[in-house]
Amino acid sequence: MIEISDCNLAYVQGTSQVQVYDDFSLKVEPGESVVLIGPSGCGKSTLLYLLAGLLQPTGGEIRIWGEQVVGARQKTAFILQEYGLFPWLNVEQNVCLGLRVRHIPKRKYQRAVEEMIHKMGLWEVKHHFPSQLSGGQRQRVALARALTLQPDLLLMDEPLSALDALTRERLQKLLLEIWQEQKLTTVLVTHSIEEAVFLGSRILVLADGRPTQVMGEIFNPLVGQSGYRQTSEFFQKTSYVRSLLEGGMVG
Amino acid sequence: MIQRGRKFQRQLYGYLGAALFLLAFWQYVAWTLKTPMLPTPQAAVSATSRLLLEANLGRHLWVSTYRVVLSTLLSLLLGLPLGLIMGHERRIDRFLAPLVYITYPIPKIVFLPLILLFLGLGDRSKIFLITFIVFFQILVTTRDAVRKVPAETVSSLRSLGGNRVQVYRYVLLPASLPDVLTSLRLSMGTAIAVLFFAESFATTEGLGYFIMDSWSRAAPDEMFAGIIMMALLGVSLFIVVDLLETILCRWQHVKGN
Repeated sequence: MIEISDCNLAYVQGTSQVQVYDDFSLKVEPGESVVLIGPSGCGKSTLLYLLAGLLQPTGGEIRIWGEQVVGARQKTAFILQEYGLFPWLNVEQNVCLGLRVRHIPKRKYQRAVEEMIHKMGLWEVKHHFPSQLSGGQRQRVALARALTLQPDLLLMDEPLSALDALTRERLQKLLLEIWQEQKLTTVLVTHSIEEAVFLGSRILVLADGRPTQVMGEIFNPLVGQSGYRQTSEFFQKTSYVRSLLEGGMVG
Repeated sequence: MIQRGRKFQRQLYGYLGAALFLLAFWQYVAWTLKTPMLPTPQAAVSATSRLLLEANLGRHLWVSTYRVVLSTLLSLLLGLPLGLIMGHERRIDRFLAPLVYITYPIPKIVFLPLILLFLGLGDRSKIFLITFIVFFQILVTTRDAVRKVPAETVSSLRSLGGNRVQVYRYVLLPASLPDVLTSLRLSMGTAIAVLFFAESFATTEGLGYFIMDSWSRAAPDEMFAGIIMMALLGVSLFIVVDLLETILCRWQHVKGN
């Protein structure tokens, strides 16, 4: 289980102090796919940085499977906004990098990496650099890199926001497949209502402004069912999320 | 591969064309001015081959090359790591940046008398002076290049489990390399100019000495032989850095999507 207990986080902006989190708590069960949705600047991404161990809370604690997070964890994979690819490495090198920094010898991961590149449909472009790829391909490289680490927690920061509608739907399906296949605990940040309902087994709607507050929690048990996007339940959920978001807007 | 070959061929034709144009211009000016101080290209080229074969122009070229290349390598060895660290570690930068900003614009060349006094008349003083100047150029460029690296790129590596040293190895160094090589290419011009200056004082070796000596002996064709060698040295180093850039920063040259 992932437990965020009474977390505090503040940063100094100019002369004033901004309280991003004030005694914030959240629990994520193993195998859950939690989606955070809210207006920009509500602290969604910051939460992922905290979970990834890249930021330390000023108060409170974060535990993943009982262990306190003090730095980047080996089994957490984090896909940053804009994918976090390295422009000077080609597709294959980007996918391998996580394993390389862990000093795993190449012969041990070579096959797994090749399989992953195949699975993500990147074989033809494996020697291309990120600048030569389409947005969808870049996202699949980021996904491949994350999954080769065999994570037990996958964090994603607006993974599909820069993609065109069709690529986006295709990748949403891919994400859903991966989540269902591996029962991978996932925390995803998005500002797309559709995406939240399509991918989240639980959706947290965050309020505008600081400190960050959850103003709605929606369980979404039908997530992952085939054809869910076309059902009336799907439509009801999206309407509900929308009404919560609209109600929470300030001004 | 074929594309790269073709590109290289185009570049080669470009260089040849430019060289021909310069020769024609030189010829034209020599014909028009008709001064003994400006020999025709033929006279200069024949003097060059004569001096290379019969005198020790080759030796002077070698000494100058050695001085410039060694100084450049030393500057890289010192400036690159320090620039990376200053660009990334804010606390160190806060201490060192003012020091660099005050000393960078001071023309280091004015210290030549002091350098000669302490390091003597040999290679060491010349290498020190060139290194002293080129080092700053590389340091400042590297530092600024590192500061441009987006924080997300560093976060991305840290999220993959990269430690502090790996951030330098896998992010900051490759990200700043294109800028570093550009500054190195520009530094080549500076390095050779400083070399010429340093070699025109109290020495008997190097192209700078050779040019000044020919001048004082009123042997313009020999002086131009020295100038041709100096130009050759500059162009060759420029091309070497260019090639390095093509090999090490291939990602910068691919066609975007």
